[in-house]
Amino acid sequence: MSTFADKTFTPPELIRNFCIIAHIDHGKSTLADRMLQITGVVDPRLMRAQYLDRMDIERERGITIKAQNVRLPWQIAEKPHVLHMIDTPGHVDFTYEVSRALEACEGAVLLVDAAQGIEAQTLANLYLALENDLAVIPVLNKIDLPAADPDKYAKEIAHIVGCDPDEVLRVSAKTGFGVKELLDEVVLKVPPPVGDADAPARAMIFDSVYDTYRGVVTYIRVVDGKITPRERIKMMSTGAVHEILEVGIISPEPKASVGLGVGEVGYLITGVKDVRQSKVGDTVTSERKGATEPLAGYREPRPMVYSGLYPVDGSDYPELREALDKLQLNDAALTYEPETSAALGFGFRCGFLGLLHLEITRDRLEREFGLDLISTAPNVVYRVVMEDGAVHTVTNPSDWPDGKMADIFEPVTKCTIIAPSDYIGAIMELCQSKRGQLGGMDYLSEDRVELRYTMPLGEIIFDFFDNLKSRTRGYASLDYEESGEQSSELVKVDILLQGEAVDAFSAICHKDSAYGYGTRMASKLRELIPRQQFEIPIQAAIGSRVIARENIRAIRKDVLAKCYGGDITRKRKLLEKQKVGKKRMKMVGRVEVPQEAFVAALSTDDDKKKK
Amino acid sequence: MPSALPAGDPAPADGSLPPSALAGLGSRPFGVYVHVPFCATRCGYCDFNTYTAGELGTSASPQSWLEGLRAELDLAARVLGTPPRADTVFVGGGTPSLLGADGLADVLAAVRSSFGLSPGAEVTTESNPESTSAEFFAGIRDAGYTRVSLGMQSAARHVLRVLDRKHTPGRPVDAAREARAAGFEHVNLDLIYGTPGETADDLKASLDAVYSAGVDHVSAYALIVEEGTALSRKIDRGVLPMPDDDVLADKYEQIDAAMTAQGMPWYEVSNWATDDAARCAHNLLYWRGHDWWGAGPGAHSHVGGLRWWNAKHPARYADVLAKGESPAAGRELLTADDRRVERVLLELRLRDGLPLDVLDPDGQAEAKLAADDGLLEPDALAGGRCVLTDRGRLLADAVVHRLT
Repeated sequence: MSTFADKTFTPPELIRNFCIIAHIDHGKSTLADRMLQITGVVDPRLMRAQYLDRMDIERERGITIKAQNVRLPWQIAEKPHVLHMIDTPGHVDFTYEVSRALEACEGAVLLVDAAQGIEAQTLANLYLALENDLAVIPVLNKIDLPAADPDKYAKEIAHIVGCDPDEVLRVSAKTGFGVKELLDEVVLKVPPPVGDADAPARAMIFDSVYDTYRGVVTYIRVVDGKITPRERIKMMSTGAVHEILEVGIISPEPKASVGLGVGEVGYLITGVKDVRQSKVGDTVTSERKGATEPLAGYREPRPMVYSGLYPVDGSDYPELREALDKLQLNDAALTYEPETSAALGFGFRCGFLGLLHLEITRDRLEREFGLDLISTAPNVVYRVVMEDGAVHTVTNPSDWPDGKMADIFEPVTKCTIIAPSDYIGAIMELCQSKRGQLGGMDYLSEDRVELRYTMPLGEIIFDFFDNLKSRTRGYASLDYEESGEQSSELVKVDILLQGEAVDAFSAICHKDSAYGYGTRMASKLRELIPRQQFEIPIQAAIGSRVIARENIRAIRKDVLAKCYGGDITRKRKLLEKQKVGKKRMKMVGRVEVPQEAFVAALSTDDDKKKK
Repeated sequence: MPSALPAGDPAPADGSLPPSALAGLGSRPFGVYVHVPFCATRCGYCDFNTYTAGELGTSASPQSWLEGLRAELDLAARVLGTPPRADTVFVGGGTPSLLGADGLADVLAAVRSSFGLSPGAEVTTESNPESTSAEFFAGIRDAGYTRVSLGMQSAARHVLRVLDRKHTPGRPVDAAREARAAGFEHVNLDLIYGTPGETADDLKASLDAVYSAGVDHVSAYALIVEEGTALSRKIDRGVLPMPDDDVLADKYEQIDAAMTAQGMPWYEVSNWATDDAARCAHNLLYWRGHDWWGAGPGAHSHVGGLRWWNAKHPARYADVLAKGESPAAGRELLTADDRRVERVLLELRLRDGLPLDVLDPDGQAEAKLAADDGLLEPDALAGGRCVLTDRGRLLADAVVHRLT
């Protein structure tokens, strides 16, 4: 539907740029949908749930992975305003993308479920918004729910934001109650963008998305000057120059425009085919008479978590490569390079922003490309300093150096955990077991507490979140951000079958948890590997020191099938069938390990079930 | 429930064999197997091709079966061109002794008239102890049988009950003595071990009973739970426990030790005999890949690399033969590779072992590793033969996997 907002070069004083900060399930997408409807940009008949979440996985998991943005018309006192709503990614792995989305705004709607209160990630993003001097509009959602306790949570939010509880708006995104008032409040409270229209063009990229038909679509916020389709642009981080094929706005379908002016948010298409050529945080300027100073805050995407991905069927390796190539077009943070595992064959060592990023990527590879994958236990990046001064960066336990080490560094994070105060003891116990250092604790309200820890990232990506959820009956929420590195006593634990190390099972862990990992893996494998003609010792070892052992007893008898009567055909065919079954086994030295054993040993699913 | 036939190629209605199969016929030992598909009752563990009178009703009878058998043996003689004389005859089942001494005499007469017997031919019939008597043994001895194989299974009453066997624990030993008294030098007792509830003492009692019977041959088979049998359903329902492989291994070792101590060393993985003359020549013919014609419903044959199998149901078997057609339901012509695999599969089970040069280079290398693992005799291997060790016998199938 067309509105006055379809025309660009709106005077900055009539523009409001804002985002919505919310926890998963607190109703951000529903609120966004309602805003599309109330402002009239979407025909009610075409409305579908969670309009802005494009990927199936996003809709299924109810989370936003890639930010979207939309231009909305809103009249207040008969004065037409243009609102740019920037939808932020809702997960801890995408903190950097969130920070860029916030950078593109002057205001933030803090959306909190009136039955649950604020969660850790929301709090972390709120702090980020406050640091960026964004105007914060606190809102309680789902006030129509029977379990809603708006008074309690209004107090909690007011305490955190530093406002009066009466200033906390109350809406129901589902029914639309209070949404008009919220839009009015955005116009009143969010300051208009400020920029120099006559200065050389500077626009910040806050997202870029690969589209099969159009190539990379880059989302930008113009800070100074203007971007028009007739000129060539330059990416300031690389100096790369591109023709502009199209500039436009989203409302919420893309609409080409004559350009974008100061404070405006929209997209541009240059015909590049790879999002890595259009990086989030980078500054776009004009090729001729362009800006010399980029906008602050650009950072190269850096993988934090690594895992090996292997096709279950080795012949799928070329398909896996092709699928990763395709995914990378749309995911600048995904890295991969070929690696070979003695146990798993050919695969890729992939780098991810975090665990969720890993899971989503794996999901997409399996679902969209029909691949069956084994992923090795995730690990972080270690820096190992040898006594001779050599420094190794280790992204794969197999590359752990031999020889005398002077120091080992691992990445650490600052964690925020919010939970009902009943669980303080359980959380502290867990964090301590994961080498967490308590940094501070605050009561958000009478019965809800915020705990701040410094904790190694390697501990968080293992099974920390599942543990936290189970110990707090799902009430705790977690946020973390990277916070440098620390020196730690780390060791590589190898798992040996018949004396031969299985690279896929090696792990780097703290020396105090090495024994736990070793015994757990050894006893798991004893259950998973079938008995064979010889005894199979399973050992967990640090270097040459064995820390745990199990034994798979030799099989004493296989079927002594009757071999009388003349039906030799049946017996031969049975033998042939068994041989085909054997081919699906992976050989580790002389030990036959069923594919399922790798999958089961490397997954933490059974741990979850036990709890 | 009888188990299914293998999948194969269609067999020609005239029963003709390709020239490649017929080449060299008569230069190799030749045997005749006759399948008697009748039992008084069905045992819960058995998946053989056998039927009770109740199951057959009027669709087939021992009379229609015997007519069919004669027709098939005539057809055999015809399609083989110059039929070789039988070096061995084996009447199995089912329960051949249900035919009585006269019926078995008719069967052997039919084999004689179609093929003739070689001098000193081994002629065996299986028998159930409860359907035999001194007169029965005298009768079949007169008819020309030279060997009797008795289904003893166990000397423990509770084990026989689980197996649905009808005879009393003492009857097999008495029957073996009667057979020997009737002039049979070669008597075999069949044992089944590992039946749920069978203790080491029960097995010892069975082995003692075998010894007291004075037979020259013993076959002992681990109880195998075959799909579709009453036993398998009882195990699925949890009424009986599944035999444990480690327990089966213990029992095999117990049997082998007792047999060896009784002067009956093993000559095939599941067979023990006092001396070479006591070995079952007919079974050796299977294991050595020689030629035999299997007559009767569901019987399998092998001639010169061609395997085929007959229609299973006695009614169908009799009907097809009444029309003058071959009862073969399917067949397969073995490739050179199939024949090599079969040689490994079968000859490795023999104490005489398998010539090393039957194996491909990978298999030969693997044989050395298997010897290092204690599965093949190193001395025999040095002499160019693969012979299983005591431990290797229990893992024969795994060794076959490695060598093929």
